[in-house]
Amino acid sequence: MESEAPTMENNPKISAYYQTRLAHFGVVSTEWLAQAQSATNPLPSSSTDSDTDKDTNFSVIDEFNRWRSHPDLAEAVAAIRALAAVISSSKASTMMQLEIELKNASDTLKAWDTTSISLTAASDLFMRYVTRTSALEFEEFNSAKSRLIERADKFGEISYKARKIIAMLSQDFIFDGCTILVHGFSRVVFEVLKLAAHNKKRFRVFCTEGRPDRTGLRLSHELAKLDVPVKLVIDSAVAYTMDEVDMVIVGADGVVESGGIINMMGTYQIALVAKSMNKPVYVAAESYKFARHYLLDQKDLVPAIRPVDFGVPIPLKVDVECSARDYTPPQYLTLLFTDLGVLTPSVVSDELIQLYL
Amino acid sequence: MKFWRRTEKKHETVKEVSPDTPSVSQPLKAKTTKAERRALQEAQRAAKAASKANGNSAVAESGKASPAKSKKQSSQKKDGPPVTSSVTIYKKSGNHPLEKERKKDPPPQRMQFDDQNRVEKAKRRALVNQTEARNRVEIFRHLPQYEHGNQLPNLESRLFQLDSMHPAVFKVGLRYIAGDISGVNARCTEMLRALQDAIIDYSTPPEKVLIRDLTAKINSYVSFISECRPLSISMGNAIRFVKSRIAKLPLSYTDTEAKTALCSDIDRFINEKIIIADKVIVGHAITKIRDGDVLLTYGLSCVVEMILLSAHDLGKKFRVVVVDSRPKFESQALLARLIAKGLSCMYTHINAVSYIMHEVTRVFLGASAVMSNGTVLSKIGTACIAMVAHEFRVPVLICCEAFKFHERVLLDSICCNELGDPDAVATVPGRMDINYLDNWTNKENLQLLNLMYDVTPSDYISVIVTDHGMIPPTSVPVIVREYGQEHYIT
Repeated sequence: MESEAPTMENNPKISAYYQTRLAHFGVVSTEWLAQAQSATNPLPSSSTDSDTDKDTNFSVIDEFNRWRSHPDLAEAVAAIRALAAVISSSKASTMMQLEIELKNASDTLKAWDTTSISLTAASDLFMRYVTRTSALEFEEFNSAKSRLIERADKFGEISYKARKIIAMLSQDFIFDGCTILVHGFSRVVFEVLKLAAHNKKRFRVFCTEGRPDRTGLRLSHELAKLDVPVKLVIDSAVAYTMDEVDMVIVGADGVVESGGIINMMGTYQIALVAKSMNKPVYVAAESYKFARHYLLDQKDLVPAIRPVDFGVPIPLKVDVECSARDYTPPQYLTLLFTDLGVLTPSVVSDELIQLYL
Repeated sequence: MKFWRRTEKKHETVKEVSPDTPSVSQPLKAKTTKAERRALQEAQRAAKAASKANGNSAVAESGKASPAKSKKQSSQKKDGPPVTSSVTIYKKSGNHPLEKERKKDPPPQRMQFDDQNRVEKAKRRALVNQTEARNRVEIFRHLPQYEHGNQLPNLESRLFQLDSMHPAVFKVGLRYIAGDISGVNARCTEMLRALQDAIIDYSTPPEKVLIRDLTAKINSYVSFISECRPLSISMGNAIRFVKSRIAKLPLSYTDTEAKTALCSDIDRFINEKIIIADKVIVGHAITKIRDGDVLLTYGLSCVVEMILLSAHDLGKKFRVVVVDSRPKFESQALLARLIAKGLSCMYTHINAVSYIMHEVTRVFLGASAVMSNGTVLSKIGTACIAMVAHEFRVPVLICCEAFKFHERVLLDSICCNELGDPDAVATVPGRMDINYLDNWTNKENLQLLNLMYDVTPSDYISVIVTDHGMIPPTSVPVIVREYGQEHYIT
């Protein structure tokens, strides 16, 4: 790890979230694989004081990585499962101590990748959901703890099954003979399309390339396996093909309080084109991605850096825009498919207020 | 004149019966009296036109009503009860006797000042003698407009004669008329403090229950204050809170216990909903200010001032564009305070706002009230700024406390507004040579309009910063629903 540490410092700080996505779904190259490998090692912990804290620190990250190694599992769900494991393996004897431990574990997870919105959102929501059980103070500690574990497991189950629920809810919107435009490789959207193909619906998919990870190539590969007619379009050809498209379905890295979404770079562009041509834009996102941020414009976002490979060496004087994601304001989105139901963007704030009441 | 009395009695009966079933019986009854009223007004207009003096404005006001107007007035009267929901309680109308209000279900609605009979009754009951203005704009006839400058010396001379009014409440009323207090927060706080003083000095008369008598007294104080200056919507919220706390007092409380409980409740309201809420709002809004920002603000909002000053204290580098407008030039006070603290400011008038908007990155505005459909009621000119900002894709942040949220819905700036002094529009201070409008009251085809509030649609607003966090304008009914039960209504 020491030999690779200098190379990591030379490159701009790479968002670990996108590295792992790359590792799972992008067109894989050995360089990225190596970097992804090194990203899975825990960061040197700088915030711990006592030995017991160090133990829990490591075990949270280890647990998290263990869950995360499944390509199918969303990162946020892995975090939730890891936090649930923290509760069950905790040695605390009072409720306050347990809550403090949980908070520390959640902070460590968030610090692992500060740019990942869904990680932060899921941890916060987990904390609110779990510690919201009423009359915790009046019960005997062990029964309260087992109740907490129960709720945590339930939350984990819900999040895990969220994709299936979303896939079911969105079937009504895919009609026979429709053309769907998708962007990037979102596992939720893939689940939706998989279920539609399974239900013998006839539709075709336009898949954007998704430069620079080229995740669209992977998606088109998977869809071709399901015998769904796929057409690959380069990112610049979206407006050209938008006439033939009936709807746009994208996933989300995070859903912010205004009702807008944070997603892979290029989503905002596609939403703008779709809106100006009156095509609906549907977002498939699990409810644990609802985050308490409020974004006013693109610059409000904490940038997640992702190096772009142009294939030819670029002179040093030329600056490259390496942000990996953008923010799509709510007025360009038609509906959100979530495990809480099919919602309009303005309901996100409603749900968050009710949860944080 | 017998004719007049007959219609008046009929109106009395209409009023006594109709409030029970407003939407059903009123259309039928209104139609029968409309024709009579129209005939009456025609007769009066002819009489007044014949004997038209130049000074008697009250007479002139009724004479000017045209038949078309009466139709509009009756339709407005019809619309009055169904529109104002049973939840909103406004103590504006001094015309219904207070005992009757408590017996009937629908609360007294906002007084529509274009209905003569109600205006006559209100004037008879009123403590403040106001003379109505002349040359009133037609579509704003349902709002009160009085001649300014007359009431203050009049009221001052009656200070010791009005023994039904507590001196603290009287003082607040005088300050309202003089224009000393402006801004919703200040008005609300002063009014609550005056009510607090009144409650402390209150003692239950024998044979009366504290709850009912105190409520009646508060109603009379509030109607006095609203005669001095019409209540704003958020002040209505505060009054509702006070009355709900009075109603929830246990009957077993003695006078002193009840009074201390009420005073501490009012203190808590002012503290939680205004003072601490302001601090929370400042904390949230500061996260939206970055280095290098150019912030635009309009009018004098105390919350926005606090935000700018604390962001400057935190060391953020930004500059401020302060936009102002006639006739009050309220932002000059804000400008002076900002410059004294060392912020770099630019000052301009509202007619230049589309010129400078291209360099602005954020717009911070205050609000007087926020409605359920996300529309924001605030000082006139705000809607203009928000619209221009929307065109230039500049985010607009409204900073207001949660007690200003209301479940009413407003679609335009006409229904609920306040008319200011038209003379302020006619003259330019310091410019004696601009005297073209000196005799505007004598010109029949000239009307001057000085509106105080306007309504900004929710599309132009990016985010509302409240003490509950940053919410989109579509989530206002959620806040009203979730927090309304605890704090405002029972």
